Amino acid sequence: MRDAKLILPDPKRRRLITGLGALGASAALTGCDSLSRNDRFQTWLGATDRLTRAAQRLVSSRESLAREFSERDIAPTMRANGSTNPSNANYKRHVANDFADWRLRIDGLAREPADLSIDDLKAMPARTQITRHDCVEGWSCIAKWTGAVLGDVLDRVRPTSAARFVVFHCADNIYGGPVKYYESIDMVEAYHPQTLLAYGLNDDRLPVANGAPLRLRAERQLGYKMAKYVMRLELVDSFATIQGGNGGYWEDRGYEWWAGI
Amino acid sequence: MRRGRLVRRHGLFTRVWHWVNLACLVILLMSGLQIFNAHPSLYWGNDSTFDAPALQITAVRGDDGAPMGIVRIAGYRIDTTGVLGLSRHNGELDQRAFPSWATLPGPQWLAMGRYWHFAAAWIFGPLLLAYLAYTLISPTRRRLIWPTAAQWRALPATIAHHARLKFDHGADYNGLQKLTYLLVLFGLLPLMVLTGLTMSPTMNAAWPWLLDVFGGRQSARTLHFIFAFALVAFFVIHLVLVLISGVRNNLRSMITGRYRIGSDTAPAKDNRHA
Repeated sequence: MRDAKLILPDPKRRRLITGLGALGASAALTGCDSLSRNDRFQTWLGATDRLTRAAQRLVSSRESLAREFSERDIAPTMRANGSTNPSNANYKRHVANDFADWRLRIDGLAREPADLSIDDLKAMPARTQITRHDCVEGWSCIAKWTGAVLGDVLDRVRPTSAARFVVFHCADNIYGGPVKYYESIDMVEAYHPQTLLAYGLNDDRLPVANGAPLRLRAERQLGYKMAKYVMRLELVDSFATIQGGNGGYWEDRGYEWWAGI
Repeated sequence: MRRGRLVRRHGLFTRVWHWVNLACLVILLMSGLQIFNAHPSLYWGNDSTFDAPALQITAVRGDDGAPMGIVRIAGYRIDTTGVLGLSRHNGELDQRAFPSWATLPGPQWLAMGRYWHFAAAWIFGPLLLAYLAYTLISPTRRRLIWPTAAQWRALPATIAHHARLKFDHGADYNGLQKLTYLLVLFGLLPLMVLTGLTMSPTMNAAWPWLLDVFGGRQSARTLHFIFAFALVAFFVIHLVLVLISGVRNNLRSMITGRYRIGSDTAPAKDNRHA
C-alpha cells in the first residue's frame, strides 16, 4: 500500500544530509542518517505505522469520542495552517461568487453519486462540537465546528460494499505547487459520529483561511488529515493510483497515513 | 589489590534490557528533539497559547542587528547562540531549536524523526512493561529493588556517604540506589510512555482519563519534555557514578552479570548503610 521510497526529504534537505557527512559528524549519527535514506530500513520503519494503527484500533472503539470542550476553552483565533488563501483561478471565482455555484461532487464506489450545494449540506442534520485541533508539529488549538455528519452524507450516495476509503480532493495547490491537496480516511473514521464536513467555525461561516466553503473534521486524527477547500469526495477501494499513491499530500511526502498519534 | 568474591548480580533479562533500553532511549531522545524542533515552544493546559508560551527556543535579531539564538522562559531571555535557537550546520548559521548534532535525523526532517521515535517506542514500551512485570513478580528482583527496613532508616547516612563520593561494593544495592532505580523504573519511564500517549488524538478518545491525569495535551507535551530531561540528568549521574565507583566492575556486572563484592573504602563489618 505504501511506497517506502517516498519517505524522502526534498532535494534541498537531501543536499543537507549529504553535507552532514562532509561535516564529519560522529560516525553513529552519520550512520543513522544514511539509514534514514535506506529503502529497506524505510520499509521497516513504515511497518510501525501499521502496527500503531492496529494497536490504536484495538484500544479505541468505533464510537469512542474525542474530548469536547466548553465555550470558554475556545481559542481567540483558530490558527490557519498550510494553504490559507488558494490562488488558483477556479477557487478565486468561487470566492468572488460567494460559493453560489460551488457543488460538492461525491462519486466513485457509490450507487447514487451526487452533487451537493452548501445549502443542501446545511439542510441536513447539523452537528456542532468544540474540539481540539492537533498539528503534527506539536501545537493544539480549540475551536467550535459546525457541519454535516460525514456518515449521513455518505449514506445519501449509498457506498458500495467495495468502498474502503473516502478520498478528499481539494481546491488548493498547497504552497503554490503543481499538485492539489488531497487526503483519505477509512470507513471507520468516515462513519465516526464526530467526523464532519464542516461549514461553520465559531458560530460563523467557515473563513477562507480555514478552508471555505467546506473542510473535514476527523477529531481522532492529526491536523493534516483534515482536508480544507474540499471539492470532491471519491469512494475508493485503494488509493494506489491517486497522485503519489500514499493516500494524501503529506503521506506522499513521507508522513504516516495513520495520523492517530 | 581488590579481593572479594564474584557474585552474580544481574540476570540475563536485566542485562539485555539495560543495553537495548540504552539504544532506545538515545534514539527516542534525539528523534524527540527533532520533533520538538518542528514547533519549539511549550505550553500548559489543553491547547497552545501562542503569544505566551511557557518556554520557547527561537532566534531573534540582537541589538547589533546580528541574529542570536535565545531561550525564553518565565519572563527571562537567555542568549544561547551557537547551541539553542541558532547553531552551525555545515558551517553555516541555521535557525533551529536544538542543533543538528543533537537531533535524529540531523537535518530538519519531522516525518523521519517521527518514524524513528515511534519505531524505538515500539521496542521500548513493550520491553518496559515486561521488565516491570518481571520486577514485580520475581522475588529476587523484588528484594534487589525494594529497600529493607534497615536501609530506609539508614537513608540519610547513605546520602551523606555518597555525597563524600565513598562507595560500598556489597552484593545488595544500598537504599539510595534502590530508591533511585525505583523512581526511574516505576516513575519516570512509565511517565514518559503515558505523557507520550496523551499527545495522541486517538489515545485521547480511547483513554480520556489521560487528559485528566496530565492536565491536557499541551501540559502532557511539556511534561514529556521535562521528564525526558530528568532522564538525561539520571543518565549523567548514573554514568559519573559508574565511572568513579569502579568502572570495570560495574561494566562487567552489566555484561557478564558478575560483580565483585567487598569494599575498598569501608570495612566489611561497617554496616551503616545496611
